[in-house]
Amino acid sequence: MSDDTLTLPPREDASTAAAAGAAGRLSGYNFAYLDEQTKRMIRRALLKAIAIPGYQVPFGSREMPLPYGWGTGGIQVTASVIGPDDVLKVIDQGADDTTNAVSIRKFFARTAGVATTERTTEATLIQTRHRIPETPLKEGQILVYQVPIPEPLRWLEPRETETRRMHALAEYGVMQVKLYEDIARYGRIATAYNYPVRVNGRYIMAPSPIPKFDNPKMHRNPAIQLFGAGRERRIYAVPPYTAVESLDFEDHPFAVERWDQACALCGATDSFLDEIVTDDAGGRMFLCSDTDHCAERRRSRGADAQEGTT
Amino acid sequence: MSDTPLLRVRGLTHLYGRAVACRDVGFDLWPGEVLGIVGESGAGKTTLLKCLSAQLVPTHGTVEYDTRDRGLVDIFAALSEPERRMLLRTDWGIVHQNPRDGLRMAVSAGGNVGERLMAVGARHYGNIRREVLDWFDRVELNRDRIDDRPDGFSGGMQQRVQIARNLISRPRLLFLDEPTGGLDVSVQARLLDLLRRLVAETGVAAVVVTHDLGVVRLLAHRLMVMRGGEVVEHGLTDQVLDDPQHPYSQLLVSSILQV
Repeated sequence: MSDDTLTLPPREDASTAAAAGAAGRLSGYNFAYLDEQTKRMIRRALLKAIAIPGYQVPFGSREMPLPYGWGTGGIQVTASVIGPDDVLKVIDQGADDTTNAVSIRKFFARTAGVATTERTTEATLIQTRHRIPETPLKEGQILVYQVPIPEPLRWLEPRETETRRMHALAEYGVMQVKLYEDIARYGRIATAYNYPVRVNGRYIMAPSPIPKFDNPKMHRNPAIQLFGAGRERRIYAVPPYTAVESLDFEDHPFAVERWDQACALCGATDSFLDEIVTDDAGGRMFLCSDTDHCAERRRSRGADAQEGTT
Repeated sequence: MSDTPLLRVRGLTHLYGRAVACRDVGFDLWPGEVLGIVGESGAGKTTLLKCLSAQLVPTHGTVEYDTRDRGLVDIFAALSEPERRMLLRTDWGIVHQNPRDGLRMAVSAGGNVGERLMAVGARHYGNIRREVLDWFDRVELNRDRIDDRPDGFSGGMQQRVQIARNLISRPRLLFLDEPTGGLDVSVQARLLDLLRRLVAETGVAAVVVTHDLGVVRLLAHRLMVMRGGEVVEHGLTDQVLDDPQHPYSQLLVSSILQV
């Protein structure tokens, strides 16, 4: 197969390298850090993952210049699909300004010379840890998740050979046992993050540790969703407009978290809220975990207020 | 009574390398019947049970099972792996000697018992819970322990959980590997009583492997005596135990301490 038949974002060639070099790229590194052979290997795994939604494809995960658990899987996927024209956004727990997000954004700004943004609507490529942006994603956007443990059955079955067989034969009764245990112990399904989903009516998938609040956003999402687990060496994917249903019981249906407060900054009642302890006297406030969503709402409210006065 | 056996075994031989674990074993098991297999350690009892219950592929010979939809079929040649595993989860049950092999120790007793229901598609928590509690009563487990993990249970209770976990799918065939091994005598007696009652109530057929002649005397209708991988004697339990013909059976029966 010729390299040109791959339809993923543009790869480096002499002209783009020169152009990117002008944009402040580090010299001495290949475009987006990984060498071209590694990217091709990861792209092949990605194509297979897209072709079989929810299926975990093994890949040869590389050592990256950050520790396991900090996003080595996500960063390799991002490096393999990013092109010079991409606009990158990186979020960590919904925020653009946390250490992990800042570091990874800077990493690609320096090794790939790409434009970066904090705005969900402007980004073509979003690498995320633990959240899906509140702003609905569009066709043409790619969401890359960092995944610590890709195997949803691991909790009940420690043997990899056995979990693979269970996936192959769609023997997913034990997954229901996990939810049963929750209800038996807490009176409700207490799993709040990494809530197991069934993709395209077939594979059970770990959606990475996103809150279950975000699970419904995966369902029939127009964006491409890619998952990379660096330590466990697995890649999986949810293609655009694919059905993603959360597991539940008939008498204990799936439900997302609710808060009885609104965001203290933007007043949003429909976003995922973080509880922030503000002092040591019991003071606390609830804020949007998605910083871009919060800032966007405050900006538009400010604009409305100005329009009102003039 | 139907005229097809539930399980038909012919010429079953299993070799570990050149070592013979069991040689040319053949028998028919009829619905509702309990077959005991006795013999000393290393006689090939457990290997035979593993071959019968599709956990091990025998080197030679056939094991045919009377499936609900297709009648008598060879479980190794005619059934695919998913079908075999489905059979193991629904129509068959296996009670292991060591409860750790048969139970999920990190899951509550109720979850263990209800797993088979969920594996075949039960999705209503209340109904699952009700049926699990019903089975707790039937195997004489305390209802209050339903949410406790089985690793905190006594050996006898763990075996009861295993039995309930298997019988909840209403299997037609149960494999029991030393079901009373490692239990003290009074607990053994109660467990045997329970098993005998459940077998009578549910009409499940069973293959019981044990070295304890007391167990087969109470449970089994028919008995096979194995030695060195071969069946040396085969007959009705009382007949074999009261009037053993083969020298080894005579030795086995006479080695029981008469208290």
